[in-house]
Amino acid sequence: MPLIPVVLWTDALVFLLLAVTALFAVWAARHEHLRAPWRRVVRSRIGVATLVVLSAYAVIGLLDTLHFKLKLDRADESGEVRYAPEVLSLLDLTLSGLRERQEKTYSAPFATHLHAKEALDQPDGTVIRDYPRLQHGGAHLADPEHDRAWDIARRALIGLIEGLILWALLAAGLIRRLARHHGQPFDTVRDRILRGQTQIPWRTALGTLAPVLILTFVIGELALKYHVLGTDKVGEDVLYQALKSIRTGLLIGTLTTLIMLPAAILFGIMAGYFRGWVDDVIQYLYTTLNSIPGVLLIAATILMLQVYMSNHADEFASLVERADLRLLFLCLILGVTSWTGLCRLLRGEALKLREIDYVQAAQALGVGHFTIIARHILPNVMHIVLITLVLDFSGLVLAEAVLSYVNIGVDPTMNSWGNMINSARLELARDPIVWWSLAAAFLFMFTLVLAANLFADVVRDAFDPRLRGV
Amino acid sequence: MTAYIVRRLLYAIPILIGVNLLTFMLFFVVNSPDDMARMHLGQKRVTEEAIRSWKAERGYDRPLLYNAEAEGLASLTETILFQKSVKLFVFQFGSSDDGRDIGYDISQRMWPSLAIAVPVLLIGLAFNISYALFIVFFRATYVDLGSVVLLVAMMSISGLFYIIGGQFLIGKLWHLVPISGYDQGLNAWKFLILPVIVGVVAGIGSGTRWYRTLFLEEIGRDYVRTARAKGLSERVVLFRHVLRNALIPILTGVVVVLPLLFMGSLITESFFGIPGLGSYTIDAISNQDFAIVRAMVFLGAVLYILGLILTDISYTLVDPRVRLQ
Repeated sequence: MPLIPVVLWTDALVFLLLAVTALFAVWAARHEHLRAPWRRVVRSRIGVATLVVLSAYAVIGLLDTLHFKLKLDRADESGEVRYAPEVLSLLDLTLSGLRERQEKTYSAPFATHLHAKEALDQPDGTVIRDYPRLQHGGAHLADPEHDRAWDIARRALIGLIEGLILWALLAAGLIRRLARHHGQPFDTVRDRILRGQTQIPWRTALGTLAPVLILTFVIGELALKYHVLGTDKVGEDVLYQALKSIRTGLLIGTLTTLIMLPAAILFGIMAGYFRGWVDDVIQYLYTTLNSIPGVLLIAATILMLQVYMSNHADEFASLVERADLRLLFLCLILGVTSWTGLCRLLRGEALKLREIDYVQAAQALGVGHFTIIARHILPNVMHIVLITLVLDFSGLVLAEAVLSYVNIGVDPTMNSWGNMINSARLELARDPIVWWSLAAAFLFMFTLVLAANLFADVVRDAFDPRLRGV
Repeated sequence: MTAYIVRRLLYAIPILIGVNLLTFMLFFVVNSPDDMARMHLGQKRVTEEAIRSWKAERGYDRPLLYNAEAEGLASLTETILFQKSVKLFVFQFGSSDDGRDIGYDISQRMWPSLAIAVPVLLIGLAFNISYALFIVFFRATYVDLGSVVLLVAMMSISGLFYIIGGQFLIGKLWHLVPISGYDQGLNAWKFLILPVIVGVVAGIGSGTRWYRTLFLEEIGRDYVRTARAKGLSERVVLFRHVLRNALIPILTGVVVVLPLLFMGSLITESFFGIPGLGSYTIDAISNQDFAIVRAMVFLGAVLYILGLILTDISYTLVDPRVRLQ
């Protein structure tokens, strides 16, 4: 085998998350009352547009979740197959050009020369101070000042055409499918999509997909020869960092809630359903946790983990595993601080539901508590769970950045937007200023959080029974 | 009502004990007092003797939870947990690991925190409510749509970028105010303007959006329809009826954060170099100063509970239908 798969803790949880989502999708598809709100989501234009953007992020995040070790070219004396010590992901492999093409230090986006002057040996033996050429960025140009603009334009155009071709193929495939599904000719379906007359706003979906694909290909073409977003202090490509950070952001946003979801649902429903001392204990628990300022709790736990790790350094095989465990822990502790809100909501809802006639009737008929909870209470609070999940997501992505910034977030060696901002914080004070790291982190984060916020609004409108029929 | 307040205050005691136990456990599950001493004395040249005297000086030479050597009740009281916890309940915070009086530090550092938090709260409240009313007045027009898009965009920006952007634009580019630092007394104003502006701007997105939803919900009520039916102008309906009735949720949101204002903001204060309680806590966290962290956690919990009680009381003041039992 040319590679050996590596499953980190967070990877395993992502696969679990995917499985749960798939199961839920199958389940929801069979039940009309669950399918109806989702139908409302995909019929809203903002809903499909944000879904396209979020899917693009999710694809990158998933590519970055498939980890493995590559086989080394040379086997050792005993002929045993050896694997490289570093853990790579599919995304690393795709972006191996970006990952390996390191410069010496800062360089601006699309630059051909370094950002700082250095002493250069001239062919005639003299030494002058000037900006040296980059080793990789625009290295193929003979006369950068003259050729660069043309080269960039040409490559961008190639990317544009490639993106358009792929988009056209996808669109044609979609129209063909729809045409076959509805038993209508291809042209009719195409015209209806163009005029925006379909129930699912395919025009919006395709309209969002086009810039996403074109941008991907344009950047892809350019990134082959340039540092599109420049390089950072140690010469690493900023575009690569920003793309790698996507996984971190997504994981914090999704795993955190996934980890604490069982506790929040279990405790919330138990408190509301059983009342009495169970309610008292659970209320005490979440009031106590709630009274501790969240950041302090997170800080204390992360400090604790750091001490543990430095005392037991030998238990962690590699830096990646170490960083991964810390990420998992961060998700856990963020979950601990955020489950209380959901728990309280669920308690209130369960209190209300247990008084409803059909629950009372079930109780009178002698149905067991757990059957009642599973059959009547749980399905009726799922919309609250779902709304809370999507609403919390963007907040958690933002929280990660702030926490990493004060060094109580993800491991400093891990790519994350918070770490990017943290290492770039003083670069604005340089002269000339280095703005690209900050701008890249801002751009990637903003797009994700904005899409998530808009999507959350659509989901809430679709699932909140109070807003139904408005 | 007095009985209610007393009962709520009594309820606070088990919660505070829980908070205390939790922070204690969090810290000492992996960190022993020996580790703390080693860290403070520096890893390398540490003798057993130095560790012992460091621990004795700061009262960490007792067992953590249970003292087997002492007799009777003393086996529980002669422990680090008891010695370090009980005084917190009478707000005796003791001294930090580097020997400073925590109570004095807190009393000094709460003023800069308040100097930022109070203006941010008041200006933010005034701005957000007026903007929300403005949007609601022009609801279902392009003003509404455009504003909502703007607000969602604003709340999608990380707070860090507001701070970095504010410092860069106002401080570095325009040279209007110093980027960070602090001064005694009234001279502090020029150091405070920037953090206050940044704080207000960063809160506009989510704040205004929340008030907008609130007003829109209120505007759908029956009494508003009645008021319109009787011929009142939109302006009167909005300001005299909707605003007044929306006051309750606004008030609860405000009252609950009032006590917490003392704690300051960790991020803002450390970014702007303001010597408030937020930066105090951040420094303590990075120095692993357990005494300070515990004191701040305890203080935070007390203020939080206080905020909840205040909220309940404020309910009765604005809404005569609410009675506390």
